[in-house]
Amino acid sequence: MHAIADAFVLAVKMIFTGNPEVYSITARTLEISISSTVIGALLFVPLGCLIYFNNFRGKRLLICIIQTCYSLPTVFVGLLVFLVFSRAGPLGIFGIMFTPQVMVIGQVVLIGPIVTGLTISALSGVSPAIRETAISLGASRLQSVWAVLKEARFAVLTAIMVGFGRAISEVGLALMVGGNIRGYTRVLTTAISLETGKGEVALSLALGFILVALALIVTVLANRFLKVKEADVAQSRAPTS
Amino acid sequence: MLKVERLHHSYGKAEILKNIDLGVERGEVFVTIGPTGSGKTTLLRLLGLLERPTSGHIYFDGHLVNNSERQRLEIRRRLAMVSQKPAVFNASVFDNVAYGLKIRKENGASLRHKVMNALETVGLSGYEGRDARTLSGGETQRVALARAMVIEPELLLLDEPTANLDPVSTSHIEKLVTEIIKKSDMTVLMSTHDMFQGQRLAHRMGVLIGGEILQTGDPREIFSLPQSRKIAEFVGVENMLGGVIASNTEGIVDIKLDGAVVEAISNLRVGEQVYACVRPEEITLARTKESTSARNTFNGEITRIVLFGPLARVELDCGFLLVALITKRSAEEMNLQIGNRIYASFKATGVHVIKG
Repeated sequence: MHAIADAFVLAVKMIFTGNPEVYSITARTLEISISSTVIGALLFVPLGCLIYFNNFRGKRLLICIIQTCYSLPTVFVGLLVFLVFSRAGPLGIFGIMFTPQVMVIGQVVLIGPIVTGLTISALSGVSPAIRETAISLGASRLQSVWAVLKEARFAVLTAIMVGFGRAISEVGLALMVGGNIRGYTRVLTTAISLETGKGEVALSLALGFILVALALIVTVLANRFLKVKEADVAQSRAPTS
Repeated sequence: MLKVERLHHSYGKAEILKNIDLGVERGEVFVTIGPTGSGKTTLLRLLGLLERPTSGHIYFDGHLVNNSERQRLEIRRRLAMVSQKPAVFNASVFDNVAYGLKIRKENGASLRHKVMNALETVGLSGYEGRDARTLSGGETQRVALARAMVIEPELLLLDEPTANLDPVSTSHIEKLVTEIIKKSDMTVLMSTHDMFQGQRLAHRMGVLIGGEILQTGDPREIFSLPQSRKIAEFVGVENMLGGVIASNTEGIVDIKLDGAVVEAISNLRVGEQVYACVRPEEITLARTKESTSARNTFNGEITRIVLFGPLARVELDCGFLLVALITKRSAEEMNLQIGNRIYASFKATGVHVIKG
């Protein structure tokens, strides 16, 4: 019990005294997760739209597969990315194995199904009347899709946040394709797993706190953003001039 | 402005619209009336290019609407549609009304000016900052009208704009529609199940029953000269007396009913099965058998009197049921009571004869 309490104190100290190791790992983690989330959102929100707004054979099956992939094991994705990007793999010539780039690629693959699937759910939550209203007021196909997406904006943002959560908290993939190279591909999760193994419980705990704090900050920010937007709707056009 | 030829539409096996032919002139207010489920909404959706007909042609401003997405968009940009239960975007009233202008790349002062004008027209000045989803049904309908009108469409399609509203909101919307029509040279195609609303607003009407346009004409024509029993029933002809034409003397016919004869004007031949339609307001009641010019006078017993507003609806048993509509005051002056025997009369010209 004492050991945990001591570790706890040490962890808090590390955070507040600005331990350079802790900070560099944190910064790198954010950089990689945010990059993969942004790229993932740019790729998979449109993909979700494409699937939702088109009717084709096997659509239900496809959605079913996407939903199954929500719980794709991270190590499995790691393995696939490894096979593709390792020297002998089809994309081995890029030589990006054990770099932050390949970690981003892996995370994009990992969050793809979640962002796509939750975007589809978000869009299905919007009444079809919205799209028809847009069309009946002269919207082109793309404009009408945009109208629906705007209507589902909060749910779509949630989809992206869930994707971010998965990206920042996964460890298997980062370890396998990133390699946990100190000062280069070491992120919070891989550092925790390593330090715990080494018996550096305090450092692990500090990193763990930071991870949770980051998740909290992102959630709070996103929620505030949503609230501000909601208030915006109510106030932005109030007669001011 | 708008022409429809041999339009058919089915959902699966259900045939919703059958062989619709229709023409609407520029600046005209054309109202389709018909009971719920008669295909009014489907017709408007086809004309609003929200759906493609199973077969048939639609001409907009002389051009055949084809399947090209580009042409359809071009035409859609020249019209606007307000649906029965309008959906509003999850945004302010202002942004809702501005939508059509924004997607037409309008912005800045002119957009703001147009939106504010439209809101003023529909009586929602000061609502621009409100969340559109918090509005009442009547207000939502007004936002939808403003949203459609602000883009100054050449053709405005209104699908039962008052179907879900209370009487006060209904009369408000009707007033608005009348104003919009007056102010602009917009062509309006509206549907309603409320025949009186149709009568109040329409230049011309089409009766849509069971997916078919059964009759078109000006409101007066539809109401006093319905062409079939179905139309007559729908437009509120309460007295429909079935019989056979017994004689025809230079267009004046005697229609033999069960135990009575009604005189009417018709060119139908002797022996034809017909209905003699008499609107309740065409019937006058009297205590004595007056010598009026009315050719048809029947003695009957009052079986029911219903008062509504300034009117009294009196049901008589003359061997057949006859419903008369008179003012409440004259009912009081004559001291009409259930069980009284009185005379009901109507002119031969007040009878509209349709084939049975």
